Amino acid sequence: MRLEPVASQTLGRTLGFPAIALALTVLVASLLAMLAGANPLATLGLIVNGALGSKFAVLETLNRATPLIFTGLAVAVAFRARLWNIGAEAQLYAGALVTVLVGTRLGLPGPVAIPVMAMAAVAAGALMLLLPVMLKVRLGVDEVVTTLLLNFIMLLFISMLLEGPLKDPMGMGWPKSEALPRDARLPRIVDGLRLHWGFALGLISAVVVWFIQVRTTLGYEIRAVGLNPEAARFAGIPVRSVLLKTALLSGGLAALAGYSEVAGLKGNLTLDLSPGFGYTGIIVAMLALLHPLGVVVSALFVAGIFVGADSMSRAAEVPTYIADISLATALLFMVVAILMTRFNLVRG
Amino acid sequence: MTVPPSRGVVLRLNGITKRFGQLTANDNVGFALHEGEVLALLGENGAGKTTLMNILFGHYTADAGTVEVFGEVMPPGAPGAALAAGVGMVHQHFTLAENMTVLENVLLGTVPLWRMGLAKSRGRTRLQVLSRDFGLKVHLDAQIKSLSVGEKQRVEILKALYRDARILILDEPTAVLTPQESDALFDTLRKAVARGLSVIFISHKLHEVMAISERVIVLRHGRLAGEVATRDTDRHKLAEMMVGAEVTLPRAEARTPGETLLQLADVSLSAEGRRVGLDGANLSLRAGQITGIAGVSGNGQAALADLVGGLATPERGEMRLFGQPVQTWSPRAALNAGLGRIPEDRHKQGSIADFSLTENTVLEGYPAPPFSSSGIMNWGKARHHAEEIISRYDVRCPGPDARIRLLSGGNMQKLILGRVLEAGPRIILANQPVRGLDIGALTYVQERLIAARDAGAAVLLISEDLDEILALSDVIHVISEGRVSPEFPRGSKTPAELGVWMAGQGFDHAA
Repeated sequence: MRLEPVASQTLGRTLGFPAIALALTVLVASLLAMLAGANPLATLGLIVNGALGSKFAVLETLNRATPLIFTGLAVAVAFRARLWNIGAEAQLYAGALVTVLVGTRLGLPGPVAIPVMAMAAVAAGALMLLLPVMLKVRLGVDEVVTTLLLNFIMLLFISMLLEGPLKDPMGMGWPKSEALPRDARLPRIVDGLRLHWGFALGLISAVVVWFIQVRTTLGYEIRAVGLNPEAARFAGIPVRSVLLKTALLSGGLAALAGYSEVAGLKGNLTLDLSPGFGYTGIIVAMLALLHPLGVVVSALFVAGIFVGADSMSRAAEVPTYIADISLATALLFMVVAILMTRFNLVRG
Repeated sequence: MTVPPSRGVVLRLNGITKRFGQLTANDNVGFALHEGEVLALLGENGAGKTTLMNILFGHYTADAGTVEVFGEVMPPGAPGAALAAGVGMVHQHFTLAENMTVLENVLLGTVPLWRMGLAKSRGRTRLQVLSRDFGLKVHLDAQIKSLSVGEKQRVEILKALYRDARILILDEPTAVLTPQESDALFDTLRKAVARGLSVIFISHKLHEVMAISERVIVLRHGRLAGEVATRDTDRHKLAEMMVGAEVTLPRAEARTPGETLLQLADVSLSAEGRRVGLDGANLSLRAGQITGIAGVSGNGQAALADLVGGLATPERGEMRLFGQPVQTWSPRAALNAGLGRIPEDRHKQGSIADFSLTENTVLEGYPAPPFSSSGIMNWGKARHHAEEIISRYDVRCPGPDARIRLLSGGNMQKLILGRVLEAGPRIILANQPVRGLDIGALTYVQERLIAARDAGAAVLLISEDLDEILALSDVIHVISEGRVSPEFPRGSKTPAELGVWMAGQGFDHAA
């Protein structure tokens, strides 16, 4: 069995194989549900219902998708330049930390605090990724290792702060920070509906990133550096500076996930602010084939599975881990599907 | 060397047809290879030579036709079959494990790994015999990474012979060799056919085909364009058959040069990795003049190209541009100063494979109008520019939106040439501009370089092909071990005299 490149990619091919991948994922999920002793169709129904079945469910899915849009964009931007940012989790927490610091310590009035917190968070996340990327371009240190390890350093650092200087005196001993003042929270898009402006910011970010990628010189440089750094350097593209700019952009986007979770949803900083949004962002970006607008779709899809599985496990006796397994399966099938859109499997 | 009719057919291709979508890569191609003969398979890039060999080895399945080896029809699409039947292939790009010895590389895949130890002593004796019989001198215990390109090729041939190949197929074997190494290879091939082996020699270099083959098969646009006995033909007739029209190679006529545009004064650059450095180089590039750099590959050409192209700065000595010492130097600075650069490796340096033709044409010009302003790309202008280059430089392609990886080497080079020349450079660095190109593209590129010179550009031509240097250059320098010879005006030195300098000998007298 060998792979032979196809002469031209048709639309049917480009959409057909991912569709097959999704179908196979559903099949695997059904088998798992059967193993757990449940009716697979009913389980799937409960998941879909849990994700989309009511106004509340849809809003919950949109809320869950919001941080994933940001981390997915962060990963998509970085991976385009072949900059393997595995540290969106650390950048998210950097953004969340700075949001809380600015929001609770500076005493700014709300309308001022909301944009200032955002800018400070972006700066913090950008710097968080700048350091490992400086090490990469100056000394050749592998950014996979440094960004990954920074996740743990950041989490322990937050933990230290939450047990010490940032600990909420009114928190009854829980490791959590003071909450942001009411007027420094992101308002809801529509009164009475539990969906905050962070989601809209995510959509805007996706459009901006898409514009950067296809219409600006920076986007062109990022793609060139990702596809062939040697040719990019020969052509006079400043490869190092492009990588540093990519780092600022990617780190800033991931930090907005932390900002939006704190200022839009939770109001304070805790150690369980992110159940791995930074890592899930990698799945989101890969499922979207690194396309910024695709990230929105895939973030909604991933969030829907999580929310749906949560709700399903409350109703049926199937563990919520089925969501994690389904996503991992979807990712694997999708990687193969992407390959199949470009290559033919030839016997012999 | 006459072909007695009694010699049996060892390999036969019958009516091979292979289509890729719209493109017919092979159209009813058939021929036979006889025992003990060297058959040359000649054709321009894209004529279908590689596809044909891939079908022979079962890598592709033919849409029609059969392959017979020693009278046996090969099952289609079964890669092991031809190998097992005794066909050995030496590719352009070697398939050797760099960190293992010659002996281990040859044995690899012939014995299970756990029996490697035992097999080594038997293998060694057999290899010593083979290496003596075929004149393939190579040290069996040397690591592959310590070998020269010519030696690596010998290992590939040994590998095939060790596996009892009776038919050897060599794909453009001399593309990577020095003239001396090519001669040694031809010697080996003659020894091989004398022992009854049969050889298919794939090439587009006419003088080699004339030198080594007994019979020539010419492919053009996927069809069999002709079959002749080598003794009944000559280079001109072969070139005509290959291209389908009469060919004259360009020669530059002498011209009076203008002012010095770029000057290297005693410039040195230290070695970096596998790149040889430069040792006190003196060089002047003048307007309206082609300066040729002759030399055997790997003698400092890469360092010189890096220096002029903006990728390296002099460590000692001075570089003067338009009479002014160069202060900051980078690829961007070089481009801004009006340098055009045709890189040695069009895949690694000259283009981005997954970018469209449009994206590739603005690779150097994108930061300025008309292609962008205030950081926003104007893709409409870029696409228009690509269309212009495609039509002016005769780039055969599906269109400006196609990915450049779909183009043949010649068409890719034409696009790069267009990108460089359309920027109106005053100085042109042409590093191996026609390496690997077919005659059509080669002639075209050379003519364009001459035209640029006639329009007043200073051209630095780096080439390992002495014939090319002699045909195009107004003045010639020889480069050897990082040293650059004095300037020799056109016609002042014979090829043999230049060869002495290339071997590094003239420098001692000069010093």
